[in-house]
Amino acid sequence: MTVAVVKYNAGNIYSVLSVLQRLGVEPVLTDDPKILHQADKVIFPGQGEASNAMQYLCERGLDEVIRSLTQPVLGICIGQQLMCRHSAEGDVDCLGIFDTDVVRFVPEKHEDKVPHMGWNELNALKSPLFRNLHDGDFVYFVHSFYVPVCKWTIAESNYITPFSAAIQRDNFYATQFHPEKSGSVGQRIIQNFLDL
Amino acid sequence: MLAKRIIPCLDVKDGQTVKGTNFVSLRQAGDPVELGRAYSEQGADELVFLDITASHEGRKTFTDMVRRVASELSIPFTVGGGIGELADVERMLSAGADKVSINSAALKRPELIDEIARHFGSQVCVVAIDAHQDENGWTCYLNGGRVPTDRKLFDWACEVCDRGAGEILFTSMDHDGVKTGFANEALATLAESVTIPIIASGGAGAMEHFRDAFTLGKADAALAASVFHFGEIGIPELKQYLHNENINIRL
Repeated sequence: MTVAVVKYNAGNIYSVLSVLQRLGVEPVLTDDPKILHQADKVIFPGQGEASNAMQYLCERGLDEVIRSLTQPVLGICIGQQLMCRHSAEGDVDCLGIFDTDVVRFVPEKHEDKVPHMGWNELNALKSPLFRNLHDGDFVYFVHSFYVPVCKWTIAESNYITPFSAAIQRDNFYATQFHPEKSGSVGQRIIQNFLDL
Repeated sequence: MLAKRIIPCLDVKDGQTVKGTNFVSLRQAGDPVELGRAYSEQGADELVFLDITASHEGRKTFTDMVRRVASELSIPFTVGGGIGELADVERMLSAGADKVSINSAALKRPELIDEIARHFGSQVCVVAIDAHQDENGWTCYLNGGRVPTDRKLFDWACEVCDRGAGEILFTSMDHDGVKTGFANEALATLAESVTIPIIASGGAGAMEHFRDAFTLGKADAALAASVFHFGEIGIPELKQYLHNENINIRL
């Protein structure tokens, strides 16, 4: 199985590559449209800022490449947000794979710290991505912006408000949390994605 | 609900952990990666690796260790010690660290916090503060608590928050190593003063101390070293205890 990881200007992909290697897959880090189209699975990871990332993708035609992928695709964190219609981070139009907008957490009291950082629970799980997982399992989040609960939501979490921990439309899967940093639960989710 | 975090801290010198350990099952006792893996399997929520090496050669060894940790573990980890400029941060992040902790370098040149936040995001930047309390209040110290500064704890905490730090790791020098509990009063004042998470450090000797740091001290995370390394408190027992005390914990 070939797994391509989208190479772009988003940091911290080393952990994604490492978890794939631990699961016995040798990933290809690439921005080559041909390799991305031919891979069995594509992972669109990252940590970064939305408007800079979109500019980078558009300049290289990667926006069109990602939209046109037909194999299972997994967006992670900023990857998930970029797959939506618009992001409040940098007020930028994104890939539009999900017709929903990305908004910023608004603290309601002093204890509501932004970014939302740390381990939080998943619930309302509904996807093969979460096979053998359970409501209440913890995963690791680091983010200031989020996708509200919508018709594409396949997992929820709650911080200040309920929000989409994961979304799915057809072959496009995306998580707000970092499965590559979420211990054995996260590793199970990546394995489930590879098994799709 | 967002869980309170338990964070073991590992001091590393020339690629080896320096404090003793009761993990007899390790293939190579003293290997920070092995110890980190053991903590991860026991349920540690994050790890901190502190480089206490002075030499240039040792620094290179530490970077190699960071890369191994990132390859083999899948929980977040912070690295600290000897990070003085942006290039050091970049080196640690590209080796796979999630966050870096800065202390003396931030006191000497506070703009470093702004630079890290701007280049890599606030979530990467943990500012560690060592402070000692006397009749004039809490004073910040440099160089592992050896050199006093003219900065006051709460003023400095607000400044690092404004400059874009993502978290504060507060060590009370008066409580560190004494094992009578964390500096809960100062922690609670910190939590009320800033809008970023606070990691409590210094003073853990019993499980109740962790509970108190979260309830009385309003800390978001608690860090300890020797109670974990010497096996005085096991992480699974600690987390079960905190859960029973109605603290939200990842079990």
